[in-house]
Amino acid sequence: MYEQFKARAVGVGAEVHRVTTCSDAVEFVLSFLKQEGIADHPGIYAVWAQGPFLDAVGREVLRGVPGLSFEVTRERAAQAKVGISDMSFAVADTGSLVQDQAAADQRLASALTGIHIALVPTSNILADKTSLFSRINPANSRFIAFITGPSRTADIERVLTIGVHGPERLIILFVDELGGEKR
Amino acid sequence: MKREFKASINRALNDANLTGALGKFSEAYKVNRTKAYEGIDFEDLRGRIAEAKSGAACHLDEVAETFRMNAEALGAKVFRTRDPEEVKQYILKVARENGVKNVVKSKSMATEEIHLNQALLKEGISVAETDLGEWIIQLAGQTPSHMVMPAIHMTKEEVAEIFSKEVDERLDTDIPRLVKVARNELRPKFLAADMGISGANIAVAETGSIVLVTNEGNARLVTTLPRVHVALVGVEKLVEKFETVVPILDALPRSATAQLLTSYVSIISGPTPNDDGSLKDLHIILMDNQRTDMAKDPKFKQALQCIRCGSCLNVCPIFRLVGGHVFGKVYTGGIGTILTAWFDELKKSEEIQGLCIQCGNCTQVCPGKLDIPEMIMEIRRRLVLEKGQPLVQKAIFSVVNNRKLFHGMLRAASVAGKPFTSGKFIRHLPLFLSELTDGRSLPAIADKPFRDIHPGIEQPKGKEKAVFYAGCLIDFAYPETGVALVKLLNKAGIEVVFPEEQTCCGAPALYSGAYEVAAQNAADNIAALLEQDAQYVVSACPTCTVALAHDFAKTLEAVGRTEWLDKARILAGKTVDLATLVKRLVDQGRLSFQEGEQLGKITYHDSCHLKRTLNVSEQPRELLQQAGYELEEMFECDMCCGMGGSYSMKLPEISAPILKRKLKNIKDTGASLVAMDCPGCVLQISGGFDQDGAAVRVKHTAELLAERLKD
Ligand code: SF4
Ligand code: SF4
Repeated sequence: MYEQFKARAVGVGAEVHRVTTCSDAVEFVLSFLKQEGIADHPGIYAVWAQGPFLDAVGREVLRGVPGLSFEVTRERAAQAKVGISDMSFAVADTGSLVQDQAAADQRLASALTGIHIALVPTSNILADKTSLFSRINPANSRFIAFITGPSRTADIERVLTIGVHGPERLIILFVDELGGEKR
Repeated sequence: MKREFKASINRALNDANLTGALGKFSEAYKVNRTKAYEGIDFEDLRGRIAEAKSGAACHLDEVAETFRMNAEALGAKVFRTRDPEEVKQYILKVARENGVKNVVKSKSMATEEIHLNQALLKEGISVAETDLGEWIIQLAGQTPSHMVMPAIHMTKEEVAEIFSKEVDERLDTDIPRLVKVARNELRPKFLAADMGISGANIAVAETGSIVLVTNEGNARLVTTLPRVHVALVGVEKLVEKFETVVPILDALPRSATAQLLTSYVSIISGPTPNDDGSLKDLHIILMDNQRTDMAKDPKFKQALQCIRCGSCLNVCPIFRLVGGHVFGKVYTGGIGTILTAWFDELKKSEEIQGLCIQCGNCTQVCPGKLDIPEMIMEIRRRLVLEKGQPLVQKAIFSVVNNRKLFHGMLRAASVAGKPFTSGKFIRHLPLFLSELTDGRSLPAIADKPFRDIHPGIEQPKGKEKAVFYAGCLIDFAYPETGVALVKLLNKAGIEVVFPEEQTCCGAPALYSGAYEVAAQNAADNIAALLEQDAQYVVSACPTCTVALAHDFAKTLEAVGRTEWLDKARILAGKTVDLATLVKRLVDQGRLSFQEGEQLGKITYHDSCHLKRTLNVSEQPRELLQQAGYELEEMFECDMCCGMGGSYSMKLPEISAPILKRKLKNIKDTGASLVAMDCPGCVLQISGGFDQDGAAVRVKHTAELLAERLKD
């Protein structure tokens, strides 16, 4: 299902990667931040939203990384180059990510930034919406968000253009070790 | 038709930007949509959507109440009202209580419907549309021309112009750059807004959730950044069960933009925390504005199954020529005509209802399973009931209702028309006939109608009999098609009887909303056609076939002449179109064609009623190939030719470009022969070639097949 997901997600403009362990994931993120020239300045810093991944690896290992902060306010998110957050599920047949984003910082980090890095447990890839809908329940998730590729518009002359209000890049990182079913 | 309306049509037709953009888009749409639906059983999918939505529409009040209870239990404030005025008052009150100065909106047709922006602006509240297309038209001071792509009528030059004014800087037409400008301009508005207003694509009663679908991500920001979120939801968006979200999400993006899923889908159930930790002030307004009345109307209840995907506009041959603005200010296209008649008033639809050519393209793609042309016919009927028939039409239909007089006049026309005849065509017929037969060049009325030829044909007298229903066009203009039909059936040993008392099928009256006239035609024909004991009633005109097989019963029922219903059903059961019958006979080995000759290339034009109402498209193709022709499909073979009954007379400015396009598609195949199964299409297309001058022969399939019968 990973391959199907990847094909579909790439088809809508996402970048898809996969690593084995959480520390591989940390390494991936850090080298990406470096490559993007992330530093402590407006427009080029990164924000990382609260979530299961940070709980799993512990914030300490990331402390002191220049330009990376865990404080996701609207102002900070609006000026961040990169936003990092977790997603709970990946849906293979449409290449979509799904997450309970009731916490505002989750949405800010994934909606206002220029590049969104999404971390997803590999074991939580589901076949389709039908299997997804048996796992999500509005009774305990107040804001269920689906994200499929980067923000897009075709409102001017039907020309597809990426990144109108939301991120212009969506980078999806599957982490095998993350385990499944966590939110 | 008012001059103003005609002028708006002509303006649209002369706007090369508009017709170019829409034409290109609708061509690409067809291909992309097919791809998006690959591997999906569309009939099953839309069956599920239609069932769930019509279920909710059946007890709208209860479902809305369940939604209210469940959403309120989660902490949302729900306001239900029938009155659009109250919606505005409510939103203004919430704004006042919260000291709102700036509003950001995510696209919502319901707010367009009640002209909310003006109301907010009047109170000194600034409103920014954040959907790019909506923002463009807001800056331009226009209204949306398409429910999914509001600014599809504008060029990048126009957008550059508008944005340049807004940012006070000369911008060029680089689209990604223009999109960046929009991002930069709207970002501070999002951050500063104290109220976000959205619509909803779905509202789930069971869970009190609303579902928002966008590509740009603006709905996420509108519902996240401001402290107050107001969602204005038309009650037709309600579904009972959470599981219904699945089929709607399967269909909506595929139908709207040919995507498997939009970039963002948000399912919001009750207020969420703001980024400062306070809880969102969430208001959900369930707006009725005639929807409950619509749900109670058996003819229009189905309109509540609409999921506002806009695909009916994308495939509509009229919409793609004239764009949305001709239809009015809020909802456009065929579905827009229906919504305008209800949400605004019936009278407002008087002109725009005439734009529908009844081709049925929209019905075929609609994921809500709406029969738009049928509802537009009903609007016509009600307009006629309310206002009466125009005098000229009344005069014509009084003739049509008197078979003897009517046929007498048709005969007279064959003489009267002589001075105007050029070859097989008449360019000016007496007015009462031009409304009936119409077309670009009109067919000459034949010297001898089929009814006079028929008794002279020697036929096998067998047990098997078919009643031939000719229809006016074959009887009086194309008797040769009737002769071909007799030859085909005779060959299979079937005797063709022709009841003299048969008369006009009533379609012209029906499509003009004159149901009483159509009902009388139906009754006369039922009596005439059932008098003979025959296995089949066969017709070589799809419009007539549809009348016999579908419309008679409906029309008689609509005017309360129920005593005819049983017989109408018997007639419907016996009715078959010629291509289907001949195919059956060939498959049974009762008919066969000469072999061994290559007849060369032919192309086939699908007639709207045959393909979409009667679902016949393969049979004539297979028959023509069996008869020795090499089939070369034309581009958009099943697009309407622009005939549409009296349409080509009433709106020649629209009919003509549709025909022109059809002629081009035919010529592009390189075939010198085009076949079709409808005498109306023969009339339109051969009339077109008569003026165009291209050497393409136009034939009814029946004639081509009859020529190829094995001796
Ligand atoms: S009528 Fe059908 S096709 Fe048109 S917008 Fe509604 S659901 Fe879509
Ligand atoms: S029936 Fe044809 S002309 Fe009428 S609204 Fe539908 S697509 Fe348009």
